[in-house]
Amino acid sequence: MSLDKPYLDVPGTTIFDAEQSRKGYHLNQFCMSLMKAANRERFKSDERAYLDEWPMTEDQKLAVLARDLNRCIALGGNIYFLAKIGATDGKSFQQMAGSMTGMTEIEYRDMMIGGGRSADGNRVVGEDGDAQAQHQPQGQAGRAKSGAN
Amino acid sequence: MAKITASVYTSHVPAIGAALDLGKSSEPYWQPVFQGYEYSKQWMKDNKPDVIFLIYNDHATAFSLEMIPTFAIGTAAEFTPADEGWGPRPVPKVIGHPELAAHIAQSVIQQDFDLTIVNKMDVDHGLTVPLSLMCGQPQAWPCPVIPFAVNVVQYPVPSGQRCFNLGKAIRKAIESFDQPLNVQIWGTGGMSHQLQGPRAGLINKAFDNAFLDRLIADPAGQAAVPHIDYVREAGSEGIELVMWLIARGAMADIEGGPPPRVAHRFYHVPASNTAVGHLILENS
Repeated sequence: MSLDKPYLDVPGTTIFDAEQSRKGYHLNQFCMSLMKAANRERFKSDERAYLDEWPMTEDQKLAVLARDLNRCIALGGNIYFLAKIGATDGKSFQQMAGSMTGMTEIEYRDMMIGGGRSADGNRVVGEDGDAQAQHQPQGQAGRAKSGAN
Repeated sequence: MAKITASVYTSHVPAIGAALDLGKSSEPYWQPVFQGYEYSKQWMKDNKPDVIFLIYNDHATAFSLEMIPTFAIGTAAEFTPADEGWGPRPVPKVIGHPELAAHIAQSVIQQDFDLTIVNKMDVDHGLTVPLSLMCGQPQAWPCPVIPFAVNVVQYPVPSGQRCFNLGKAIRKAIESFDQPLNVQIWGTGGMSHQLQGPRAGLINKAFDNAFLDRLIADPAGQAAVPHIDYVREAGSEGIELVMWLIARGAMADIEGGPPPRVAHRFYHVPASNTAVGHLILENS
C-alpha cells in the first residue's frame, strides 16, 4: 500500500518526510557537527577534507561546497540543519531563505517588508505564481537569465 | 490542586531574540513587533504564574536525526540555553519543575499519549524567545518552566486533532496535581512562514487571522484542519501552528467551562521571514 503524500504538488516546496530524512541522514548530521566551534574551524580550513570524513554522496558534498541550498534540500537536507552551514558562514536565516529564490538579499528583504510572498498562484503546481517552476530564478537572477536569452 | 489560569500563544522567530540581545528593539524595523508585547509584559507582572508549561519545537538543536521524539517533556531541574551556531543567547538559565513535570508525564502516558521523558536537554530559541517577549530581559525568569518539545521538523508531525486531544490530557494531569499552583500553558511557533525553496517568504495574513479567530471561538473545528491546508496556505514551516492547539485544548471551555476571555491579540508582518501572531486567553 502506498503512503499518503498530499504535499507533493505544492510548488517550490520540499516536505522533509521520512524518505527525505533517510536520504539526507549523513548530510544533516554533518550540518549538526558544525554546532561545535572546533568543527566549524576544521571545516572552514579545508571544506572538502572535512566533508570527506562523512559518508555523504558526491552530489551532497558538491551541493554543500556550492552553498546550493535548493540542491541540498533536494538531496535530503532540512533547512534547520542546513542553517548550521549558514551560521558557520556568518549568514542570517533571512539571507539563507532568500538565496533559494534567486532574489538578492535586498530584493528578498523588501518582499518581506511588503507583506511577504502571496499564496495566490502558489498553492498548487501548474498555477502562475512567482514560486512556480516557470518563474525561476526570481528577482535579479531571473532578469539576468531572461536578458541573456 | 493546581489550576490552569491562562494560555499564551506567540511566534518564536529567532531574529526577534537576536534583535533583543543586540539592542535593536527600538529600531524602526523591530519597534512594531516589541510594541505588540508591551501589554503582555505588564500582564505577566500582574498575573505571575507559579509554573509555565511551554510547548515549542526544537530546531535541530537538542534533537538531531539520531532521535526524533514526537512529544518530549523536560523533567530536569534546569535547562541551559543552547548554542545554535551563533553562540548561546545571553538569557537566564531555565529552571524546571521536576515534581510537576514527572506528575504530568505519568498522567498523560496513562491517558494513552506516549511521551518521551527528557532529563537532559538544552533549549533553543523556540523556548527562550517566547520567554523574552513576555518577560523582557530579567536576571532570572519569573518562575519555573516545563519545556514540552513537539516534532514539527520531520513529517509526519502530529495532527491538529492529536495536539488538541493532548491538550485536554495535559489539563487533566495538571488539575490532578496536589499543590495549589497557578499554571500557564503556552503554545508557540508560527504563524505563516516558509524558510525553504523558491516559495520561501510566503505569508498569508488572511489564513493567519482566520486561524486566530477560530482558535478563540471554534478550536475543535480548527483542530480538524489537516496538515496539507497549513502547508499550502501558511507555508511549510507554518505547520508549527498545530502546537497552539495543545495549549488551546487545555483551556476550561473545552471541558464545558465558560469561554476564555481574550486579554490580548496582536498580529504583525514581518519579523525576518515570518508573520508574528500573539494571543492571551484567560480562564474565568
